[in-house]
Amino acid sequence: MILHHLTAAEIGRGLRTAQFTSSEVTRHFLGRIDHLSASLNAFITVTPERAMADARRADAMIARGEGGPLTGVPLVHKDIFCTAGILTSAGSRILSNFVAPYDATVVERLSAAGMVMLGKTNMDEFAMGSSNETSWYGPVRNPWDGAKVPGGSSGGSAAAVAARLSPIGTGTDTGGSIRQPAALTGLTGVKPTYGRVSRYGMIAFASSLDQAGVLAQSAEDAALMLGAMAGHDARDSTSVDAPVPDYAAQLVRPMKGLRIGIIREFFGEGLEAGTERSVRTALDSFRAMGATLVELSLPNLPLSVPTYYVVAPAEASSNLSRFDGVRFGHRCKEPRDLLDMYRRSRGEGFGAEVKRRIMTGTYVLSAGYYDAYYLKAQKVRSLINADFRRAFSEVDVLMGPTTPTPAFAIGAKVDDPITMYLNDIYTIGANLAGLPAVSVPCGLVDGLPVGLQIIGPHFAEERLLAAAHAWQLETDWHRKLPPLFA
Amino acid sequence: MLEWLENEGRECIRGRDFPQADMYDFRQVFGIFPAPGATVTLTRRDVEGIALLARLEITEQELPVYVDSLSRILGFVDQLSAAATDGVEPMAHPLENQVQALREDLVTESDHRDRYQANAPEVEAGLYLVPKVIE
Repeated sequence: MILHHLTAAEIGRGLRTAQFTSSEVTRHFLGRIDHLSASLNAFITVTPERAMADARRADAMIARGEGGPLTGVPLVHKDIFCTAGILTSAGSRILSNFVAPYDATVVERLSAAGMVMLGKTNMDEFAMGSSNETSWYGPVRNPWDGAKVPGGSSGGSAAAVAARLSPIGTGTDTGGSIRQPAALTGLTGVKPTYGRVSRYGMIAFASSLDQAGVLAQSAEDAALMLGAMAGHDARDSTSVDAPVPDYAAQLVRPMKGLRIGIIREFFGEGLEAGTERSVRTALDSFRAMGATLVELSLPNLPLSVPTYYVVAPAEASSNLSRFDGVRFGHRCKEPRDLLDMYRRSRGEGFGAEVKRRIMTGTYVLSAGYYDAYYLKAQKVRSLINADFRRAFSEVDVLMGPTTPTPAFAIGAKVDDPITMYLNDIYTIGANLAGLPAVSVPCGLVDGLPVGLQIIGPHFAEERLLAAAHAWQLETDWHRKLPPLFA
Repeated sequence: MLEWLENEGRECIRGRDFPQADMYDFRQVFGIFPAPGATVTLTRRDVEGIALLARLEITEQELPVYVDSLSRILGFVDQLSAAATDGVEPMAHPLENQVQALREDLVTESDHRDRYQANAPEVEAGLYLVPKVIE
């Protein structure tokens, strides 16, 4: 048995039937990280001592008959989640010396579920990017092709799980940062409903859009871990106080009668032919399983990109004002005065992309421009939200591609505006409307994975995961490994 | 364009050798947006003002790049102005019927000063130190 060929759920079952111990599994993955992670730059911090201590604790729990399906299963955390006593950098120089004083709720809950932390993964700086090239710690490589990006901003978690350096990982999604890297690395990525998972201890980018989620090998794995992460948290005022369904118990559902909306705006110019073919093949499979396909239009969706480019930077400029060189983070050498300290600490600490977004946000929120930009964008956001609500009165889920193309080359910088625009338009809508969305592997194009995106109404995670699971019972795209990491 | 510049003390922006600035070809990174709309053209002075408001030091080399990229972004988002939003409420929360969570006004945190100050660049006797503010 090859341990890294097992899903998180399979590892959990093996642990509970005493086929192996968590210590053995953890040692296996730490060994893989040791040998293989340098080629990917997927990690910012590896935590071997912590991992082995977690594993021993899990083995003791299992021996006592305690714990659940994830007890003893290793995972990686995106370096945006605070981890007590461990560097938490958000991929930024400004936090490159920040040792978090407490655990994020997500970290705390998964630890309480008995999971084993292997380390913290690389990411676009403050989650601002979709190629993992804006990280202070350097770009991450795609395990399917080292010259390609893994996507972003959760690129390190995606690369680590795709290369089976970890069976599962956490991510965050503000404009597609879980779904897009999941698609580009052949994983199942889940961005839950806004408010489903606590944001406490998750370094903020755009607070009305940010949501924590999962990068996994399968819908089953994602269902298990989402169930362990989700739920009300009094420490996050936007956390929703609603019961968490047993996602894993509801995975098997008939697709017969499922009404699937095909968004016309997702199949326009710029969608690469192989990606479109894979997605259409998947849609045909759902039809064969008994689902009905309905083409529909979300007329305000094209405005989602300009809306996002106002709302996200505005919230970012406000959130990132806390990095002032006073209480934590980078401080410049020998400041002349307070203003000089603020400006040089921030000028040195933030990378180019982050500075660009802070300045965009500062401008759109500045006196005289607030109504024209931010207020206007929030009104358009209402229109986009209403489009989705109308769509979900006719269909159960929406489906389309997650990205317009497979992974692009590191350093290539997509400069075709239409492609870039589509890249965003596919994923941003779900964030603006707070909707849950999933990306599942649906094919390989020239050896690179592509993803099918499934979007649902608020709190329909179980419906999305069931559709993803039904697809994964029919296909084995999610079982394919990057050849160099098999 | 930005009147507040007149009221705020202007900072001399100095060139600085900062390695990360060399990591990117800025024009490629920022070249993804359509050309600026006729309505938005920022000047160097505008961007210096935005950078001051945002408490960011921008180097001489970076400045023209940001003038170009910020103008492009604002030109791009300008298409929002054509959207018909009369009578549309701005979206406050994606979920309906969400209200601001309130709790009892009780002390729930204990003292973590020492642990928090372990991350501070400079502390003394439990205080955070900053450059002299009052002469």
